[in-house]
Amino acid sequence: MRTLTKIIGGLVLLLSMVTTVMATPVDTYEFKSPENQKRALELAHSLRCPQCQNQNLIDSNSPVASDLRLEVFKMVDEGKGDDEIIEFMTSRYGEFVLYKPKMETKTYILWLGPVGLLLLGLIVGFIFIRKQRITGAAGLEISAEDQKALDALLKRDSK
Amino acid sequence: MKKLVLFIPLVIFLGMGVFLYKGLFLNPQKLDSALEGKPIPAFQLERLETPNEMITNEQLKGKVALLNVWATWCPSCKYEHPFLVMLKRQNILPIYGINYRDERIPALEELRRQGDPYNINIYDKDGRLGLDLGVYGAPESFIVDHNGIIRYRYAGPIDQRVWSETLYPMIQQLQAEAAKDGAA
Repeated sequence: MRTLTKIIGGLVLLLSMVTTVMATPVDTYEFKSPENQKRALELAHSLRCPQCQNQNLIDSNSPVASDLRLEVFKMVDEGKGDDEIIEFMTSRYGEFVLYKPKMETKTYILWLGPVGLLLLGLIVGFIFIRKQRITGAAGLEISAEDQKALDALLKRDSK
Repeated sequence: MKKLVLFIPLVIFLGMGVFLYKGLFLNPQKLDSALEGKPIPAFQLERLETPNEMITNEQLKGKVALLNVWATWCPSCKYEHPFLVMLKRQNILPIYGINYRDERIPALEELRRQGDPYNINIYDKDGRLGLDLGVYGAPESFIVDHNGIIRYRYAGPIDQRVWSETLYPMIQQLQAEAAKDGAA
């Protein structure tokens, strides 16, 4: 038992180390405050590098990404708001740079599609189950002739 | 009527199938430019050949023009270069170069050796204008109308095919628009 707790404790420690290693700011940019740094890194993590399809600004080594990263860092230090920085990026590189697209007419299907499909599935399932239950409760109806034939068969078997 | 209801899942499935199938053939490299319909970003930068001469966005207005972002470190730009030199000779429209994140001496040397297709060459050393144009690589080209509004962005090297299929028809149309404006 004690060894087990030790192993679990070790694993927890290891995991916490892994998460601290994952924060890897590439540049030697000096932020005015730790809060700024935190916000800037979060923001840069949420923006996609325009050149490299599926890396965010922090992960990518491309020159465009490092430029944009620095631009984001600077703007955060200048005290600009998240909205303002995102507007700066999308006005140049389009909606593509956002990992999380804006909610607007163009993207309704993206945001609401899955919920819609789930609802549709639930409704269809509900109707289906209800129907089955109704027909099940009504039981089998046998015509008088069939009943006669059935009785005859049962009688023959019991003989 | 009840039978028809049974086909609804099939219809939904087919609809999604068509949608996703089309998605297979989209080119993820090709981004829409966020700048189409917007004016050339304001800038004031040195001319590549003469460092003490400043070029501003105002100087690029007045004519339908091609804005070409290039650099000596960019292999596709070398591929594109002879075609631009040929275009310059045909004198269809002014070609403005933006020398993007480059060194002045090698850039000038390249133009001396390979020919200079540019009416004005802007030296964007730190890539600030490139950033404002939403450039993510080179070469990229922009078609600008006579009011200085960016009308089209093409990412990648211009060759005969791109030129005759896409760019030239658009330029002709914009030049017709410009002529109409001039007449009015």
